[in-house]
Amino acid sequence: MSRKKMFIVSHAPFWHNGSNIQERCYGMIWAAMPAVALGIVQYGLPAVGVVCLAIATAILAEYLMNRATKRTVTIADGNAALLGLLFAMLIPATTPWWVVVVGTLLTVVIGLHVFGGLGANPFHPVAVSMMMLTVSWPAFMDFDAALVNYELSFKAVFPLTLAKNLGTAAVADFSTLDLLLGRQIGGIGSTFGLGLIAGGIYLIAKRYIRWEICLSFLASLFLTALAFHLTDPVRFAGPMFHLLTGYTLIGAFFLLPESASSPVNPVPMLIYGAAAGVLTMLIRNIGSYHDGVLLAVLLVNLVNPLLDKIRPKALGRMA
Amino acid sequence: MMKQLQSQSGASVFQYALLPQSPLPAETIGGNGKATLLIEEMFEKRSQVDLTEGDTVQTGQKLAPFKTSDAYVISSVTGKISAIYPYPGDFGSHFTAVDIEVANDEMAAPIEDLEPTLEVLQAYLAEAPGKPPLHLLGDPDRPIHTIVVSGVDTDLLVSTNQYAIRTEIHAIAKGIEVLKAAAAPETVAIAVPRDLIAGFGHTGADVLKAVSPDYPAAHPKLILYHAFGVEVPADKNCEDMGYAFFSAESVAAIGQAYDTGRLPIEKLVTLIDKQCRVKVITARLGTPVGAILKTAGIATGDRDRLILGGPMTGTAIYDEKLVVRADTDAVMVQDAADVNLVSDYSCINCGECVHVCPTRIQVNMLVRFLEAGQYEDGAELYDLLSCVDCGLCSYVCVARIPIYQYIRLAKYEMARVSAVAEASDES
Repeated sequence: MSRKKMFIVSHAPFWHNGSNIQERCYGMIWAAMPAVALGIVQYGLPAVGVVCLAIATAILAEYLMNRATKRTVTIADGNAALLGLLFAMLIPATTPWWVVVVGTLLTVVIGLHVFGGLGANPFHPVAVSMMMLTVSWPAFMDFDAALVNYELSFKAVFPLTLAKNLGTAAVADFSTLDLLLGRQIGGIGSTFGLGLIAGGIYLIAKRYIRWEICLSFLASLFLTALAFHLTDPVRFAGPMFHLLTGYTLIGAFFLLPESASSPVNPVPMLIYGAAAGVLTMLIRNIGSYHDGVLLAVLLVNLVNPLLDKIRPKALGRMA
Repeated sequence: MMKQLQSQSGASVFQYALLPQSPLPAETIGGNGKATLLIEEMFEKRSQVDLTEGDTVQTGQKLAPFKTSDAYVISSVTGKISAIYPYPGDFGSHFTAVDIEVANDEMAAPIEDLEPTLEVLQAYLAEAPGKPPLHLLGDPDRPIHTIVVSGVDTDLLVSTNQYAIRTEIHAIAKGIEVLKAAAAPETVAIAVPRDLIAGFGHTGADVLKAVSPDYPAAHPKLILYHAFGVEVPADKNCEDMGYAFFSAESVAAIGQAYDTGRLPIEKLVTLIDKQCRVKVITARLGTPVGAILKTAGIATGDRDRLILGGPMTGTAIYDEKLVVRADTDAVMVQDAADVNLVSDYSCINCGECVHVCPTRIQVNMLVRFLEAGQYEDGAELYDLLSCVDCGLCSYVCVARIPIYQYIRLAKYEMARVSAVAEASDES
């Protein structure tokens, strides 16, 4: 009964600011909710199905990988759920179930766990799996074909496809307000501009993402699009259009600033975001893909370690 | 409550607290009939030492029992030696512990005539409260041109030196006089909290420097960098640059010794209770921590954490029997509910540590090398040795990696390896 009083001995510091991975992942899930909610309102039960299937598959995949690699089971920290959710946000609501399952498995297994799990992924896992799907089954990633049976109150054509094929005049009737309110087709959670911006501001305020990356990306995308537009206003749509269509906003707030695959020093963060913005616009306006955000994310992820070598001099480092 | 405040306000606003305008006099706390003195020398066999159980010692008596070493301790009590045994410290250090049963009648050891010379200082005051780094003085290979009397405490909540500089200014002035006579430094500077900058004109110091209240500005390397404009190279110490840092308390102890002719035996200790309330008390060197906490009315329970030092850089101890030593500036008790533990996540590269590091180390990269045991690469590529041991990186770590522990271990291992290498070079 009277066990000797025991003290807990550990290394300093004995205070912690209370942050943890779980809070961070669930915070990001909450931040994504407005955009997902609008997707569900627009596309109904199929969207719910895709989101739930993706999250469930991601959690199961994480559990199996944890067991296979003999590590602590980390499904409760919310990271797997977050990846599943982000994947679902990028795909059309009518995506067949097996594509959802394969895509989510690619995200968690190939995108994350083969590199060593959370924190060790050199690329954003969702960008990896989405590009694999885009290359392997382009038909399922085509929003126009996927959403052809929907009766929507707005123009049911993917804006970026329209702009690419027919030029500025074809997208003239997409007003900025329409785009902000999500009156465009696209992935389940990637079209609601206002919702994504609100989520992004929340993430920046909570310091879950680094604002330098988001803002430099958006600013450079805007400026590059503007430059294209000024050069040939008929062929290239304006900067506001590019800012609010495709994966621009979800990329800016949920894909690019993913911590493991992005830099941490001020100057590298600005270069990283700006490079992604320029690349996105080059791919959209000159390349063969309609949207360039995912490829741009992968490309800047690739140079992240090099960029982060640009760093301030530590105290006492001589020469 | 304090902890919650801090977790919400974030690390960048961490500030050293000031004691009230006129701090209450320090309450004196005694042991409960037992004291343990620690001598900085490994105890291997009984024949090494001149002391035995049953010997009597007097207050202020110098105990230098080793035939082969000058290591000593000043007895803080009068009584009978009850045990002598080896005592392992942390990071591979070794001590000889001397337990003393305190007698009822106190006897003061005969007073020596203290001359203000370096030899006398080193022979009697190296173990004085505050632990003056007297071994740094008088080394011709590494001359000290500036003595910095530090009236600031490096860790948060710890107020020992701030208390000393506010209440023992006359003793400090005397101490500075003695140090000037004994070591003849070119300059004696005094470093004080920025908000207390007035009122230090009569200390005899040549220069007065203000230290910012932002943690960890009171670390010696950062004081040199910000207040003196001296950047210490990562692989060097302040003393390599000619600066010796003396805590205000240690200088006061020197002054007190020369003023009174007695060797000081009472240590100022900041007590930090579970609600992070701070109280400065004095206790004799060698008093068990448990006795101090009991007298001060601070209860400890199972699974609490008991810390010598402050919340960011202190050392957690396992037993209330451990004692106050010359460099024990604070005793902190943390409630079991507030104890935070580390996780086995790897770094997620969130960048908080890089953002918070006062010496601009790329902690996110460094910790990857340290986890893999690649200490030399860590030092060469990612500035391991620039670290000033403030602990902020661990404080903000989202993945709860014990970064500061990795850093301490890495530095210790590197020092050990280079010591072995040097030894084999010489032989």
